[in-house]
Amino acid sequence: MNVPTMAEMMAQGKQPEVLFWVGAAGSYDDRAKKISKAFVKILHEAKVDFAVLGVEESSTGDAAKRAGNEFLFQMQAMMNIEVLNGYEVKKIVTCDPHSFNTLKNEYPGLGGNYEVFHHTQFIQNLINEGRLKINNTNLKGKRVTFHDPCYLGRANEVYESPRDLIRRLGVNLTEMKRSKRTALCCGAGGAQMFKDAEKGDKEVNILRTEDALETKPEIIATGCPYCNTMMTDGIKFKEKEASVTVKDIAELISEANKL
Amino acid sequence: MQYIPNILFTIALIAGIGFFTLNIRKVIRNINLGKDINRTDQKSARWKNMLSIAFGQSKMVRRPISGILHLIVYIGFVIINIEVLEIIVDGVLGTHRVFKDYIGTATYGFLIGSFEVLAALVFVAVIIFWTRRNVANIKRFLSSEMKGWPKKDGNFILYFEMVLMALFMVMNATDVPFQQAGTGNVISQFISPLFNGFSSENLQLIERTAWWLHILGILVFLNYLYYSKHLHILLAFPNTYYANLQPKGQFTNLESVTNEVKLMLDPDADPYATPVDESTEEVPEKFGASDVTDLNWVQLMNAYTCTECGRCTSACPANLTGKKLSPRKIMMDTRDRLEEVGRNIDANNGTFKEDGKQLLNDYITPEELWACTSCNACVEECPVNIDPLSIIMDMRRYLVMEESAAPQELNAMMTNIENNGAPWPYNQQDRLNWTKEG
Ligand code: SF4
Ligand code: SF4
Repeated sequence: MNVPTMAEMMAQGKQPEVLFWVGAAGSYDDRAKKISKAFVKILHEAKVDFAVLGVEESSTGDAAKRAGNEFLFQMQAMMNIEVLNGYEVKKIVTCDPHSFNTLKNEYPGLGGNYEVFHHTQFIQNLINEGRLKINNTNLKGKRVTFHDPCYLGRANEVYESPRDLIRRLGVNLTEMKRSKRTALCCGAGGAQMFKDAEKGDKEVNILRTEDALETKPEIIATGCPYCNTMMTDGIKFKEKEASVTVKDIAELISEANKL
Repeated sequence: MQYIPNILFTIALIAGIGFFTLNIRKVIRNINLGKDINRTDQKSARWKNMLSIAFGQSKMVRRPISGILHLIVYIGFVIINIEVLEIIVDGVLGTHRVFKDYIGTATYGFLIGSFEVLAALVFVAVIIFWTRRNVANIKRFLSSEMKGWPKKDGNFILYFEMVLMALFMVMNATDVPFQQAGTGNVISQFISPLFNGFSSENLQLIERTAWWLHILGILVFLNYLYYSKHLHILLAFPNTYYANLQPKGQFTNLESVTNEVKLMLDPDADPYATPVDESTEEVPEKFGASDVTDLNWVQLMNAYTCTECGRCTSACPANLTGKKLSPRKIMMDTRDRLEEVGRNIDANNGTFKEDGKQLLNDYITPEELWACTSCNACVEECPVNIDPLSIIMDMRRYLVMEESAAPQELNAMMTNIENNGAPWPYNQQDRLNWTKEG
């Protein structure tokens, strides 16, 4: 898979249109890597001139910050900003709403000013600019429900771009009883992904999976690698892997377009 | 002798308002114990927020049943204040229904008529509220933090409103000249037959008694606000005005940390140089919050504004799955502790005397704090724009940066970020491996 790095671009004296911020999950997590690949295929299809930081990318510090470690967060932020500013990056796209939120909202105060897009926003723009078409026949009629990631939805009020893309797939989009503003968290945010849950009577991802299952979906669409993991685990817990799959919107588009 | 009622009334009025002012000044003093934060930008957006959310109740009506009932009580409250104005003028001057002579019987009748209708609606709404609180099993009224005073407080407010509305009706129903004028008595005309057969002296006695109890009740209620969640009828306005306007996902970048991190990362910084501010003998900044005085004044105002409605808690994923965290409890604890600190200051001639307690552990436990997913559902739900999450985050910061008391797995995660630039123990040199795999 051809994924150029900023260093290579720089060596050739080129400045790509956009930096793809892959994120730690997108780089290392087996499930999330598939999302990164699907998105890269879409970028190739739309002939987007992009690059990644590769080994120069480091954690945005989101998880450290939400865990309360402002020191570690700002260390990460300042090192990343130095790299990004060194490459004169203007535009960033990422598949991870946590990176999206942090880069977009928290880096400017520390000297990092970029135009930041969630991949669903970026793909939507590609379509609007006529650079990409979504094939609406391959997934036609499938029952799909979308789980809003907290850090995309409530945190940044991006509710429509993922839905717009899903509708373009020609599928049958049904909403959960808690959606958009009132969507239930998948349970991973605020650094919960990295620790056991406090004592309770249920895991959050199970409750959220139940919300999703009520809509009798064939596909649960997500727009966040962490939500994806949580919902996938939920489906396994409910023993529904045979009938329900969890897919990122980038994966759905890549599938619909047979990329 | 005929001036005695006027004098008594004026004394009651001054005492009621004076005592209220004293207490409100205490609230303001306590709120100002918080750290400074600048919320004076974007004035027009702030006014807009206040007008639509506090005045226009836009977030209340997202839950239609309680929203509409609340709207009725709220409009009733606003409108009935015009009536109260007349009562005050009458009371001080010894007049009777003084506005009637100025605005004409017809207009007056129309006004009082609409008050009566609203009063009746408020009465009904309050009864439904009471039933929801005490009879219907609505989960958010049954949480553990709602036992004891909070439950009583909620009911007291409802009883108060019921009695005040009833007194208003009786007052109108037994006002013979008002009934005879036959305008504006849209509801009270059906109550007045209850008093048929009463002598005119007795009627007048009842009317006067209702009148006095009504206004004294209002003064008592005014002073009750300070002790009650009902303070929100005043604080909802500044609270929505000063609410956060940034995206909800944007957390503050602690400035004190920024300075230190810059020093750490600056290759030219001389590690042996004396820190600049040592000469100024500043108290070293505490990172995060362990007590109410570490929070900012907006967070403290939030605590006083909280109506304990529990909409936040009923949307909280941690709470919904049986964890101890309840954002409503976070706000109630903050207010309780702040009141305690305030009483301490009052008892010690204006300075706080160490009492061996703090918000952390004595009120809010780490277990609650660590259960939060930072999902912002509580912030989104709150009808008066309270931000429980910001308090949770500030307390987590204290736990991690001052006490190194994060759960073990989080420490591991943070060590990984520090060493490998990822929350997992992978080598940063492997960041691109995914591009080479099948
Ligand atoms: S931000 Fe935290 S406290 Fe608020 S609803 Fe989400 S999990 Fe609960
Ligand atoms: S914080 Fe807001 S939503 Fe929560 S109980 Fe208080 S007023 Fe209600």
